[in-house]
Amino acid sequence: MLASLIIVFREVFEAGLIVGIVLAATRSVPRRGAYIAGGVAAGVVGAALVAGFAGALSDAIAGRGQEVFNAAVLSVAVVMLGWHNLWMASHGRELAGEMKAMGQAVAGGDKSLIAMAIVVAIAVLREGAEVVLFLYGVAAASGEGWVSLLTGGVLGVALGAGVSFLLYVGLLAIPLHRMFTVTSWLIALVAAGMAGQAAAILADIDWIPSLGFELWDTSWLLPQDSILGRALHALIGYSDRPMGVQLAVYLVVLAVLAIGARRIEARNAQVGPAPAAAASKRVQ
Amino acid sequence: MVLTLKDHRFVPSEVSVPAGERFRIEVENQDTTPAEFESNDLRVEKIIVPGGKIAVMAGPLKPGTYKFFDDYHPDLAKGTMTAVAGKAQD
Repeated sequence: MLASLIIVFREVFEAGLIVGIVLAATRSVPRRGAYIAGGVAAGVVGAALVAGFAGALSDAIAGRGQEVFNAAVLSVAVVMLGWHNLWMASHGRELAGEMKAMGQAVAGGDKSLIAMAIVVAIAVLREGAEVVLFLYGVAAASGEGWVSLLTGGVLGVALGAGVSFLLYVGLLAIPLHRMFTVTSWLIALVAAGMAGQAAAILADIDWIPSLGFELWDTSWLLPQDSILGRALHALIGYSDRPMGVQLAVYLVVLAVLAIGARRIEARNAQVGPAPAAAASKRVQ
Repeated sequence: MVLTLKDHRFVPSEVSVPAGERFRIEVENQDTTPAEFESNDLRVEKIIVPGGKIAVMAGPLKPGTYKFFDDYHPDLAKGTMTAVAGKAQD
């Protein structure tokens, strides 16, 4: 039971970190609950489909199907996360000022929510497919003790979801105007980490140059397969043995998001600050 | 290099490869349940369906010992790869 608990917990935990950040980042966007729940549900269905077609996927593109698929969904998630962050840069103030349900913000908010629902769906799909395959193996083996394995799996899901909830609650404890700054940075780091991961996958199948297979090795200090290593991998893209191209793509995505958000904020400030922002500036 | 998974064990479970070179690992899963060929040391993670076969590229490795395992049966299915410096390099 412990083995299956650990395997399932690990995957749910990684997806859960993303869901926790997304929930916090979309705080006070109207109707986010339905979108995020929809994203999770779509992810679960997607995970079952991916698991069901794992053989076909694996054989596709001359045996590189799994890699290309993973790199592709990661790239989609990066675009969605980046798009959300830039949207937040232009509308964050209205949300931080608790100006809910205001025309334009809500219209744009729906689009941003779709982007975040897609991110959640992808996170659940990627980690979920492994869980589905694992549980399928447990069921197929049909040996004694599958009840205990299944119990472990269910407990793993519950524990993983619990950690994600704790992260969410922790982020909510940050005062509203500062919380969006924190979640924006977290999302930028998650996006950069995913982009770097996608690049590493493509370099592994020799589609792009690796620019150095191992820039450094910190596996003695913080192994990537430890729980902290996994958490940092999911949150900020930590890698104990990064490729050159992985670091390069990571830095580029982070820079684009940071500079893009700053420019949008600067432009908005010139055009005319939102009342909430003007008020907060006076306080400073 | 070809590895086979049977009864959730790798055959062979100890292999050696030349250090400093990029090489290909093929893994065939002869079991009736899915497996996931994984190695943090080699930076590999790939699902193998029952009866399926996958190929991954790894390396170049520094001389040393590298662990690999089936993530779904980490207790049983595990092995080590030793990267040996020497003739292949020069």
